[in-house]
Amino acid sequence: MGMQKYDFNDKNILRFNQDKHQLAITTQNLQVYYGEKHALVDGDLEFERYKITSLIGASGSGKSTYLRSLNRMNDNVAKVEGNIWYRGLDVNSSKINVYEMRKHIGMVFQRPNPFSKSIKSNITFALREQGLKNKQKLDEIVEMSLKDAALWDEVKDDLNKSAWSLSGGQQQRLCIARTIAMKPDILLLDEPASALDPISTSKIEETLVELKKRYTIIIVTHNMQQASRISDYTAFFHMGHVLEYGKTKNVFTTPQINATNDYISGNFG
Amino acid sequence: MKTKIQNKIAINIIRIIAGLVVIILLFLLGDILIAGVPHISWHFLTAASQSFESGGGIGVQLFNSIYLLILTLIISFPISLGAGIFLSEYAPKNIVTSIVRMAIEVLSSLPSVVVGLFGFLLFVVQLQMGFSILSGAIALTFFNLPLLTRNIEESLRAVPNLQREAGMSLGLSKWRTVTRIVLPEALPGIVTGVVLGAGRVFGEAAALIYTAGQSATNINFGNWNPFNAASPLNLMRPAETLAVHIWKINSEGVMPDASAVSAGASAVLIIVVLLFNIFARIIGNSLYRKLTATK
Repeated sequence: MGMQKYDFNDKNILRFNQDKHQLAITTQNLQVYYGEKHALVDGDLEFERYKITSLIGASGSGKSTYLRSLNRMNDNVAKVEGNIWYRGLDVNSSKINVYEMRKHIGMVFQRPNPFSKSIKSNITFALREQGLKNKQKLDEIVEMSLKDAALWDEVKDDLNKSAWSLSGGQQQRLCIARTIAMKPDILLLDEPASALDPISTSKIEETLVELKKRYTIIIVTHNMQQASRISDYTAFFHMGHVLEYGKTKNVFTTPQINATNDYISGNFG
Repeated sequence: MKTKIQNKIAINIIRIIAGLVVIILLFLLGDILIAGVPHISWHFLTAASQSFESGGGIGVQLFNSIYLLILTLIISFPISLGAGIFLSEYAPKNIVTSIVRMAIEVLSSLPSVVVGLFGFLLFVVQLQMGFSILSGAIALTFFNLPLLTRNIEESLRAVPNLQREAGMSLGLSKWRTVTRIVLPEALPGIVTGVVLGAGRVFGEAAALIYTAGQSATNINFGNWNPFNAASPLNLMRPAETLAVHIWKINSEGVMPDASAVSAGASAVLIIVVLLFNIFARIIGNSLYRKLTATK
């Protein structure tokens, strides 16, 4: 049984009324190529501020590729064309200071990847690299970001222990804390719970819902229950194309596109 | 039934081969240690060697070996570190990189006696450095460089790419990511490799015969001025090492107790190399445990 063919021109993409909605980041005509392979075609999405947006779709649909382009993690890996607008600047321009930009657009990865340092150093490391040396200030940030990531109560007495002594779920929350310690605007999460057990997963989800009060969150997920539980908006990716984008409730209950409907109801491919 | 028998035969053959390797090693070690350990004494380890009389020690040679080893590491470690970082983190996949890689491979397969002769012609004769510790250390660097470079490259490569992405995603530059995140994590592997390499360098003879020379000049352990000819630290004095000493005694030694000195020196050499191997394991493991907080 081959993969069913869908018309890539048959799309339903939400556009925001900018008088009512504040946008955090938008992409225009985004194309990503891995060598000859056109992995993402016409990525054209807007993300509302202080909301959670899920990117869903099958493996290889281009959702992670898209996400990783937003903070230029695909540099040197893929060729990315098009515009990524953030605060009036084109993130994809060669003039952008990539290192500075990544402090504003932070990322959490699929597998927990704390540094082989203490819990505390994991958070202070990048801040120190930037020249922040004030101990009291650093301690405040450590406490605040661990609290934000809902990890403080579990680790507050073991801050000098190695981060690798934590469980997988705790490690992932530490990675979230490490990212928000940089005070980013936007949090990109690439399947952050896919390597975790259900209890850790639900903790991460609670954390994210709490975090959206202050951060714009874009999350790639394979888990459709997760997308429908936590996200305000959902984009459906298929074979490098974004076919449907709208309010999560609408996408999951009344999908407008056949491909979305088939994917959500499990009749895919 | 047939598969089962085949499997049994294969496993037993492998066991016999593995056992054979262990037996050969134990036999060698046992033979050297049993013959040599009785001759080891504090006097033997510290006294100067004798050319014609019995009762000579290996003090100078032991010092020379250690000094030469330290010098070799001082020269070769920074170079290998740079080359290893370049190959693992920065080298683009192009023809230049392949040539560098091939050069390292060729260098690592050069017989050490060839390295020694090359060192003799270039440093000792052409550059007029004479038979000296410095000539020896540079020759040993040639010998050590490819192994160390590859070890460092592999240790760096073994650090998951996720760590690099973590650093980059926090706004660190590539260089800071490599030096502050990747390198510390690769440290246990690098340290293990350095210590194992040190063991090999310590036991090397062929590359030194024509470079560091075969004479243990009288040195004065009370004089630590490196510019004084009699100082142990002098770089330009000829320096016979332990391994070279063993080779020399056995080829032209005329002292009455030549075989005893040779046996004792061999035992010391083997013990030191074994210690290096054990230390490599202990240090590597404890560093790893410290990093990962596992038991």
